[in-house]
Amino acid sequence: MASKPRVRVPKKAKAGDIITIKSLISHKMETGQRKDKKTGEKIPRLIINKFVCKFNGKVVFSSDWHPAVSANPYMAFSYKVVESGEFEFAWTDDAGETVSKKAKLTVS
Amino acid sequence: MKRKALVLAGIGAVALAVPSVMTFAAEDWGKYQVGDTRSGYTFAKTETRAIQDDDFENPGMLWVEHGEELWETVDGEAQKSCKSCHADASDTMKTVGSTYPVVAKDIGKLENVENRINRCRTDNMKAKPWKYDSRNMLGMVSYVKRQSYGQPMNVKIDGDAASWFKKGEEFYNQRRGQLDMACKHCHVDNAGNMIRANTLSQGQGNGFPTYRLKWQKPGSLHRRFRGCNKQVRAKPYKTGSDEYLALELYVMYRGQGLPVETPAVRN
Repeated sequence: MASKPRVRVPKKAKAGDIITIKSLISHKMETGQRKDKKTGEKIPRLIINKFVCKFNGKVVFSSDWHPAVSANPYMAFSYKVVESGEFEFAWTDDAGETVSKKAKLTVS
Repeated sequence: MKRKALVLAGIGAVALAVPSVMTFAAEDWGKYQVGDTRSGYTFAKTETRAIQDDDFENPGMLWVEHGEELWETVDGEAQKSCKSCHADASDTMKTVGSTYPVVAKDIGKLENVENRINRCRTDNMKAKPWKYDSRNMLGMVSYVKRQSYGQPMNVKIDGDAASWFKKGEEFYNQRRGQLDMACKHCHVDNAGNMIRANTLSQGQGNGFPTYRLKWQKPGSLHRRFRGCNKQVRAKPYKTGSDEYLALELYVMYRGQGLPVETPAVRN
């Protein structure tokens, strides 16, 4: 359902810096409240319900999403840099499908 | 008594100050304004403009990327991709976004980017045509028009296009629907005024396919035309129809000089 996610993490930063991490993913985010116009049946809910960001395997940011989140959700948050390593972002939807993406950060 | 008079004077000053706050200060819109012609960008809210300004945040760019992939994807019996003939889009498609719709000599008809892509698909690639507002079509149109990003709109309205332009202009000024309204009643006479909770724009086409927050995805200019026609309770024409093609030419001409903004973000 979800397609290629995009994340923007600065490649380099100094220890102690507060960086902004941005992410965007393409997803329909079907709320479960719409009806099929022809059959009148409810379209089942299919949204991304969990977004997790790990750094070197440790969770640094996580959020639960609900039906009011728009399609193609954008999420940005701040992070205080400590050491070099790798971010891993993961989006999980109601179908249990997980899409993930990695990004490296080097402390200079 | 004296105090009361002062209070009243104070209220008066507040009441007088309100209209001056309501009237918009002449803002410098930079490239988004040419003479009296203003892009829909200048009527959008600050938050909406911020989404468009950042290519990363702009969800319309997801479709541009999808189009970029399709550009290199081989499809149809002829085993061709767009790239096979047109090579590098940033070079060959550079002026498409700012000059379409144009009259195609070989079919003797006005053609927009959507119809041109489908003609290429059926005739040259021997592939199935795409539906007008499908993900693939929106992706490809967004990608192609994006190559003209920032270039001033410059459509041709003389020669073969003159009769189409005249038809489009007539459509624009023709009252229609139960509400008996023409395009111009909102977008010429009342641009900048409120229509319920929204600000009316000049109805410019330079940012299409536009990512509309209401639609939660990009949509074609013809989809927007259909929406407008429905709102005045008129029966909309089909996307890609001759009526809307002529109207597209006229609307693009109205925005002559504005930069191509594809994919724009609007509410």
